[in-house]
Amino acid sequence: MTLADFLRGPLALTGTHLGCEHGVCGACTVLFDGRSARSCLLFAGQANGHEVTTIEGLGSREKPHALMRAFSEMHGLQCGFCTPGFIVSAYEYLRENPAASREAMRKDLSGNICRCTGYLKIFAAVERAAEIMAAEGTRR
Amino acid sequence: MTAPSEQWVGRSVPRKEDAPLVTGTGMYVPDMNLPGTLEVAFVRSPLPHARITRIDTSAALALDGVVAVFAGPDIRDHVTPLVLDQEAPPPGLEAADPQILPATIEILADGEVRHVGQAVAAVVAETRYLAEDAAELVLVEYEDLPAVIDPEAAKQPGAPIVYENVPDNVQARYRIRVGDADGAFAKAPHTLSLRVRSQRIAASPMETRGVLATCVGEQITLWSSTQIPHIVRNAVANQIGAAQWQVRVITPHVGGGFGCKVQVYPEEVLLAHIARVIRKPVRWVEDRQENLISTGHARDQIHDAEVAFDDEGRITAVRDRFILDSGVACPYPLSSAYNVASHFRSMYAIPNFAIDAECVLTHKMFNLPYRGAGRPEAAFVMDRIINSVAQALDLEPVDVIRRNLIPDAEQPYRMHMPYRDGKEVVYDAAGFPRIFEELLETVGYDEHRRTRDEQKSRGVHRGIGFGTYVEGTGVGPFESGQVQLDAQGRVVVFSGCAPHGQGLETTMSQVVADAFGLVPEEVVFRAGDTALIPYGVGTFASRSVVTAGAAIFEGAERLKARIRAIAGELLESDPADLEISGGEVRVKGVPARKVTFRQIYRAASPGPGARLPKGMDPGSAEAFYWVPPTVTWGFGAVAAVVEVDVETGVVDVRKLVIVHDCGRILNPQIVEGQLEGGLVQGVGATMYEHVVYDDGGQPRATTFLDYLLPTSAEAPEIIQRHSETPSDRNPLGVKGVGEAGPIAPPAAIANAIIDAVRPTRIQLNALPLSPAVVAEAIRVAANPSP
Repeated sequence: MTLADFLRGPLALTGTHLGCEHGVCGACTVLFDGRSARSCLLFAGQANGHEVTTIEGLGSREKPHALMRAFSEMHGLQCGFCTPGFIVSAYEYLRENPAASREAMRKDLSGNICRCTGYLKIFAAVERAAEIMAAEGTRR
Repeated sequence: MTAPSEQWVGRSVPRKEDAPLVTGTGMYVPDMNLPGTLEVAFVRSPLPHARITRIDTSAALALDGVVAVFAGPDIRDHVTPLVLDQEAPPPGLEAADPQILPATIEILADGEVRHVGQAVAAVVAETRYLAEDAAELVLVEYEDLPAVIDPEAAKQPGAPIVYENVPDNVQARYRIRVGDADGAFAKAPHTLSLRVRSQRIAASPMETRGVLATCVGEQITLWSSTQIPHIVRNAVANQIGAAQWQVRVITPHVGGGFGCKVQVYPEEVLLAHIARVIRKPVRWVEDRQENLISTGHARDQIHDAEVAFDDEGRITAVRDRFILDSGVACPYPLSSAYNVASHFRSMYAIPNFAIDAECVLTHKMFNLPYRGAGRPEAAFVMDRIINSVAQALDLEPVDVIRRNLIPDAEQPYRMHMPYRDGKEVVYDAAGFPRIFEELLETVGYDEHRRTRDEQKSRGVHRGIGFGTYVEGTGVGPFESGQVQLDAQGRVVVFSGCAPHGQGLETTMSQVVADAFGLVPEEVVFRAGDTALIPYGVGTFASRSVVTAGAAIFEGAERLKARIRAIAGELLESDPADLEISGGEVRVKGVPARKVTFRQIYRAASPGPGARLPKGMDPGSAEAFYWVPPTVTWGFGAVAAVVEVDVETGVVDVRKLVIVHDCGRILNPQIVEGQLEGGLVQGVGATMYEHVVYDDGGQPRATTFLDYLLPTSAEAPEIIQRHSETPSDRNPLGVKGVGEAGPIAPPAAIANAIIDAVRPTRIQLNALPLSPAVVAEAIRVAANPSP
């Protein structure tokens, strides 16, 4: 069983979406020991003994992560299907690059496909999240 | 409590939709969890055309955990194929002489398969893993039949026939004559001709299709990732022989559509049938490979266009003949093909026009409207014509555009041909020259013109090109809106539209909040469920803000009148003296005399407690069905800025500028998002995306490694300028905007590349513009064959 199917089925963590199941679209992105990974390309067994963080681990309706608030504020989503995977990738990106630069972001976030937004408002959302995190003194 | 004067329409109100979507708690079809759900996998045809000689399901059925297998013969007596006449020409369209034969879409192949990917059998098992394993054990034997893949070959006498009811493979055709094109050609000092191709596209929403079906008692419920729940309900009931009341269709969260979910699909009909037979929840979630071969494709047109023009580049006539490669069906010939004619001349005053269209069947996946639906194809031809006229006369393309734009003095401009709703095309727009000049200024065209030769001498091949568009939006036949009070005093809105990313919950709540003096969060908006409201059409064709918006606006006005009348009864006051806001009705100037919406609801309820004005029936709901007089015309122009590597043909699309008018803007941030997303889809369709079939009818782009979507690395800078001319064809003054973005980029980018490589004179008339295509065009132009 793939890690994605294990998260979505037995663990009922359906925020990790499946857009292509062949490792291109990035909708299934999770953090595997803190590094972004495509959960559709991993077997669940490979996660044994490792830490896996999904969108549900980053925030909730009650306590949304800065990225979640910023995606909404800046209209960084439309249909929302790619959004959890994008937010997980953006989380890793901001951890490594707290001062987000758009030129770097264009390359570094190119592993997640969004068909709705045209990406510009996603960039704006990541920049906005960086501001919120700086203002709130949160590193993550 | 907010002041009644507060206006929500026109503001970038944050989306009400977002909280579940950003936290991963959305509920798309694959996320639903009904205990005991069985999963379905399909056996699909590996051949473009063949006779099925044997199906053996025994090995699959023997696998532990497999519940059932259905093949064509198993459902023959219970389920009927979809025979689609869903776009019958309306009165008024006779001038276009449309001839449309019904398209057939089989639920499971029975006897013959007609394209690779056609569903042949369905395996039902306890898990998807098991279902997919078992599908591989279904033995199907085929006898090859001759296939026709090329649409021009399909028209030749003796070509293999795709469906018997379409004897010459031409499923639909129309012809339009405006003015006297032949006469204008005979008199014209210059003419030229172009062959222009728009390639086959896969809409590629990030969520594939998916269906979950249950049958409890006689009630069948379908959760489907569709744009048209009411139409799916009606078709499913008809095809499986159920009464309409037995079928309910719900769209939970839907992860995009862009047109490819505007069709009733075999899988929806079959899952309803399977749920009815097995009486357990059954689900099918399409995988991406299935999506790329078994969800409707789009575009795929070949145009032979001719233009007649004078010495200054004024166009006197255009003639066009085109073929739409339908695959096995063109379910929406009026959208996919007729839209080409009604949008062809764009913003240009072209008095003489002739167009002939044919939708030709081949052994490929069927062809649906995709975002733009005929308009991008038409705009690509038209603005390649404009650019070619400039090239032929050695004029600047911008000057040829200026000379042909419809001047404001001639608006509202009549096109002397019907729209697909049968009404004459008359633009309710003005300002074409104004927005074009604004575009030139915003993109910095004068500066570019001054510096481009010097740039070239430094090896920078930068070009700017233009594309224009008009867009008929808000097409009928109707949309529904019901506005009501609930027992808790809330204002609740139901609509037959089916939002899937457009933000309609937010924009419609803004409209209703303004009507009732509420804040948008206080308004409840529900759509995408056939149990909410008896009639609905759906969300596609840049229509929902116009049609659902008008229906909801009128429903709200009617409910307000009802509330006023009831409140007048309760307060013993003249309804004209009452004001509504914050969930209360007050006597103007006497704020203490008031009733709440909760009290109104009680007074409106049937029974002895009712307190209604004489003659008024009980109830606190007002439904309105908006039937638009005709479409309302959005318009705009796009400039593309590109840099070309003339050695390799690699093109960097650096910037897109759009100046557009979609009437009154309800929520600027949402409009910007629609345009940005649409423009980048336009970049994809221009540069990367291509559903390739080989000569043997095998699809060759069946993964996202082969079907290339734009990523953030390919997203250009985008600058938007908004013009806002309210429509007078609906009460909100709005025009649709969903499809505006992708219409003009193909022409704008192609024309920009042509500008960038000047003085080499190239033609780019076939999409996509891959580096190989661009490099070859440059090579051919630089070394003309003797």
